[in-house]
Amino acid sequence: MKIILNNIHLLHPEQKIDKDKTDILLIDGVISKIGNLSKEDLNDAQEFDLSGKFIVPGFFDMHVHLREPGREDEETIISGCNSAANGGFTGIACMPNTEPAIDSAEVVTFIKRKAASHLVDVYPIAAATVGRKGEVISPMAELYENGAVGFSDDGVAIKTSAILRRALEYSKMFNTTVIEHCEDETLAGGSMNEGLNSTTLGLPPIPSVAEDIIVSRDILMAEYTGGKIHIAHISTKKSVEMVREAKKKGLNVTAEVTPHHFTLTDDAVKTYDTNTKMSPPLRTRADVEEILKGLKDGTIDCIASDHAPHSIEEKEMEFDYAPNGIIGLETEVGLTFTELYHNKVLTLNQIIEKLSINPRKILNLPVPKFEIGEQANLTILDPDEVWTVDISKFKSRSVNSPFNKRLLTGRAVGVINNKQIYFKGEFSDL
Amino acid sequence: MPLSSRHLLGLQGVPKEDINLILDTAKTFREVLERPIKKVPTLQGKTVVNLFYENSTRTRISFELAEKRLSADSVNFSVSTSSVSKGETLKDTIRNIEAMKVDMVVVRHSAAGTPLFLTKVCDSNIINAGDGAHEHPTQALLDMYSIKEKLGRLEGVKVCIVGDIAHSRVALSNIFGLKSVGAEVSVCGPSTMIPKNIEQLGVKVIYDIDEAIRENDVLNVLRIQLERKAREYFPSIREYSTFFGITEERLEKVGKEDILILHPGPINRGVELSSGVADGLKQIILRQVTNGVAVRMAVLYLLGTMN
Repeated sequence: MKIILNNIHLLHPEQKIDKDKTDILLIDGVISKIGNLSKEDLNDAQEFDLSGKFIVPGFFDMHVHLREPGREDEETIISGCNSAANGGFTGIACMPNTEPAIDSAEVVTFIKRKAASHLVDVYPIAAATVGRKGEVISPMAELYENGAVGFSDDGVAIKTSAILRRALEYSKMFNTTVIEHCEDETLAGGSMNEGLNSTTLGLPPIPSVAEDIIVSRDILMAEYTGGKIHIAHISTKKSVEMVREAKKKGLNVTAEVTPHHFTLTDDAVKTYDTNTKMSPPLRTRADVEEILKGLKDGTIDCIASDHAPHSIEEKEMEFDYAPNGIIGLETEVGLTFTELYHNKVLTLNQIIEKLSINPRKILNLPVPKFEIGEQANLTILDPDEVWTVDISKFKSRSVNSPFNKRLLTGRAVGVINNKQIYFKGEFSDL
Repeated sequence: MPLSSRHLLGLQGVPKEDINLILDTAKTFREVLERPIKKVPTLQGKTVVNLFYENSTRTRISFELAEKRLSADSVNFSVSTSSVSKGETLKDTIRNIEAMKVDMVVVRHSAAGTPLFLTKVCDSNIINAGDGAHEHPTQALLDMYSIKEKLGRLEGVKVCIVGDIAHSRVALSNIFGLKSVGAEVSVCGPSTMIPKNIEQLGVKVIYDIDEAIRENDVLNVLRIQLERKAREYFPSIREYSTFFGITEERLEKVGKEDILILHPGPINRGVELSSGVADGLKQIILRQVTNGVAVRMAVLYLLGTMN
């Protein structure tokens, strides 16, 4: 099948492509021509007029919770992939806090098989220790061989420094990264960030130092072992500063931030809306300012959603009893453009790096290329589209988002990958 | 003039006028309580549910008596939190109760924010009878009533709240309420029990109990929780009572034997108050309890006659 993407602005910071008002011809999902299309090319081709839209390498979210296996009522592998496509992503990495955890070749294979025919590529992150219990490192070699692209105890930090050391040393053999949820559990255990708001709301507090202590431990251990560490959902000022210093020293340390941690502060908790309860918790204005600085100067490598589906029954509860986390795949691009692009924190190219190129590099995955003969893996982007978040239109099985009814500027209008296109809410084969 | 809200969730942001209205109304009901027949027909036909998810004898009985003396029909619904975790959700429970046509719900719950949650899922007037470490507005109102009764005013009165401030809904409601009517508020306790950023509420922090006694007109002494979890915050009960316990010797040393001391009860004798001090306070503490019924009658009356 022949399709033509007309009048697009092609952008690829790594390939140094910045070409406005051009056209791309795809034949069976493969890039066959860029620009200078002939009359012949137009024969039997389906044309998409995309004036004013950008075509960028397909977005990738390296921190997604698919609830399958275990909680298919909240999200399945397929519904999660649909949600990703609707949010503008062509690839995701899924975290191992499933039931059972992704700590065996069987579960890795199960996930890969379920996602195999989807437009969205799914790469499992396996547990760093058996059952995410922090006692024995998982069979990393076997997991890696079967398709795991990173290791994490996800939801908790690796329990002891000794096991963290082994995980970093062992994973070095495959050049993979250990992804850490940085939180000292002896200090955490509350419901929101510690500060004036937790005091006046009477909610059990989580001090920011709970994150900082583990970030500092992890950086020291990455330095000592030479292993690769990735700080998931960084949320505090101090942690950003420590990662910045680590990078200056040339250590193998990378970091991601979620859209909610650069958009909201703990002021949002004042309504006791359980969709403002997450781990790490929403922090203060000073933390958000440092995160924006870290995004700008490259300390923070990428943006990831920490997409965490929860059922309505579980979230519609007393604040203390509600589970942590919100879904994010379908608001991520909108929030990124609203908060970072239109507020002039990041350029379009920097956003493409943080939403497409860097996460793939951290996980040693190939970055999609815009070259003749390459399979098309791309996101169609309209940075200026103004739209209102409507949770009832989400493709995710869950609706736990604090951003419902929020006005956003910037949206992914479609994606192409694996010989499929998702456009205007529909999947079709190419 | 009615109250500015149809619920009483806490005293944060509650205007001075509302607090004075409640306290003035309570005064009328306080007189009713001295009559041989302590009952008025004000809330006849109204139904109040006391929804208690946490053990409480005093607060529940106080509310129940207040309801009965206003001639409301009242029902108690007590649930232990453990059975809730297995059973139906709070939202389902409240919807079921409301379907039985109730007008007001008095709620106590171990999770902060629960009363606000109830306002979103049902139409009844909600009265917070204590939510986690958040607020316990009627306790603070009765404390304020008792101070005013004794000292004749609240504005400019210097009140120090003593004890575990970080885990106390009584402390927080007192801070908000007292600040709203222009009192000066300080807190005193071990530094591990003083919450972060409390100074930003315009509250002075004192670590020396003698200084707290010297500089204040009123001490509101909180009950120290003796359970193991609370005990992480101070080394031993002995150390607590030595450094923060209020004793006759200490009051004498500072020369403030006449300082007004309040306590929400029940007292841990020999911990936050010495037995001697506790005995000397019997009258005021029992007055606090009576005032509690009057204040709760006032709140129920003002909210129950709004709609």
